[in-house]
Formats: sequence, C-alpha cells, structure tokens
Amino acid sequence: MSVTPDTKPALKPLKQPNWFSRLAHPGQFLVWSRYLIWPLAIISAVLFAVGLWFSFFNSPDDYQMGDMVRVMYVHVPNAWLSQFVYALMAASALGTLVWRHPLADVANKAAAPLGAVFTALALYTGALWGRPTWGTFWEWDGRMTSTLVLLLIYLGIIALWRAFDDQLKAGRIIAIVTLVGALNIPVIKFSVDWWNTLHQPASVFTASGPRMPMSLLTPLLIMTLAFTALFGLLQVVRMRTEILRRRADSLSRQAALQGGGA
Amino acid sequence: MIGDGAHVEFIAWAYAGVAVLTLGLIGYVVWDLSRVKARLAALDKAGIRRRSERDAQ
Repeated sequence: MSVTPDTKPALKPLKQPNWFSRLAHPGQFLVWSRYLIWPLAIISAVLFAVGLWFSFFNSPDDYQMGDMVRVMYVHVPNAWLSQFVYALMAASALGTLVWRHPLADVANKAAAPLGAVFTALALYTGALWGRPTWGTFWEWDGRMTSTLVLLLIYLGIIALWRAFDDQLKAGRIIAIVTLVGALNIPVIKFSVDWWNTLHQPASVFTASGPRMPMSLLTPLLIMTLAFTALFGLLQVVRMRTEILRRRADSLSRQAALQGGGA
Repeated sequence: MIGDGAHVEFIAWAYAGVAVLTLGLIGYVVWDLSRVKARLAALDKAGIRRRSERDAQ
C-alpha cells in the first residue's frame, strides 16, 4: 500500500525567535552594539570631567574627615561597581544555566576582569581612606574581609576561564561557581549591620534615602555615573572582543582540520 | 577647594592609583580587541573565512 502525500503528518512550524532572542544573537549583537561605543565613551568622559571638577574644586570638607572626603568620590563608585558587576555576572550565570542564552557566558567572561579591577580599587582607596581616619590601612572586619573574598572569587573565575579550552563547558561550570560566589554579595552589603565593624554603615543606599548633604552627594553621584558608564563601555567592547575571539578560534580549528585532511 | 592639605598625600595616592589602574584597564581592553581583530584579519588574508562571508562574495 502506497502512502499518499495526504497521510503525511503536517510539519509543525518553527517558533519564531522573539525580539530579545534576535538582539541577543552574537552576530546581531556585533551589529547593534557598535552604536553604543561612542555615546558611552562621550558620556563617560563628560561625567568624569564634571565629577573631577566637583571633587577637587567644588566639594566642601567634611566636618569630621576634612579633605579626606575627596577619597569617597573614587572609593564609593568602585565599591558599588565591585558588587554591581558581580550581580550582573550572577544574572548571566542564570542566563547560561536556565535559558542557555548565547551571550550569557560571553557577558560573564567579559565582566570578570572589570569587576576584579573595580574591587581592587575599592580595597586600595579604602585602605588609603582608612589610614588617616581609622589609624590603620587594614582591619579584618566584616566589610573589608568580605570584599577581599569577592576579589579572590573574581580572580578564581578569571583563572577558571583561562583553564578551559572548551568555552561552552567552561561557561556552565563557571556559571555554577558564580552563583555560589553570589552568596558573598549580601554578606558584603549587610556586614556593617550584622557585625560591629570599623567600616561605617551605609550612608547612600539606605531605606530612608542618602544621609549626606547635597554638596557631598552631587560629586559622589556624578562620579558613580561616570564609573558606571565606563563599565558599560568596557563591557560592550569586551563582549565584542570575546565574540570575535570565538569566531577566530572556530576559523583556526576549521583551517587546522582542513590542513590535516589535505 | 582642596582643604588645608593635611592629608593631601593620601588623596593624591588614591586618585593616582585609580587613574593608573583605570587607564591601564582601558589600554588592556583596547589592546585585546586590536589583537583579536589582527588575528581575524590574518585568517581572512589566508583565505579562511566564515561560510556566510564566502557565500556573500
């Protein structure tokens, strides 16, 4: 008995990717992200120029810390970014594990060195701020120790990315490591509330709003926006670099296979 | 204006350290991108391209 075309099961139409999936395609990302680079560079440069002018020439001395308050304008933005970048990496890790998003592990890999530098700068400026105000560069208190642990986690993630040849396999393993390390973020945030620490409690991101005058808050917010715009710029460039690197790796492998088979 | 200069060396070291590391980070990111682009250009010169780019020609 012959099978007529009518008896063939109808093929289910392929589900069209939504706009987010289309934008997230690595090839598409390379196209549209190009238009972000110059605007982010200009925004970041302008904010840095204004923020530095405020920091050096238009900021009053603090009534307790005197002119050391100027260190706050570089310390707090880096401390904020050290946690923000990690939160972004944790979200990327979820994207890798739950949705198998094609750009999630690229974002994780791109962000790790940036987060490590911001964390190192937060520790460095914090130590320089601590010496005249607390009398010591370092103290093993909750906030400082948990931030040092964050730096070590960043360095571990960077080392793991370098240890694997198979980047897809590395992405899944590092996503799990990143999510485990994310437990440290609330510890950093609430360390000043949970333990009796040398570090002051939160004075910007509090439930009742910032606890500082506008004259100090303005340069702080401008510098925070400047560093955040810089991070956005560097993250876009690093993600583009990583996509191109994977493309080059794939082409090199293809060439090696063709060369071996000839 | 900057105050009486009691802690000027700490402020100077803080800003100098941030400037050096931030500029170093920007330099590294740009260098890494140019290195990968050079690698892709070398592959392209050797005739090794993605299928979609070969088809487009």
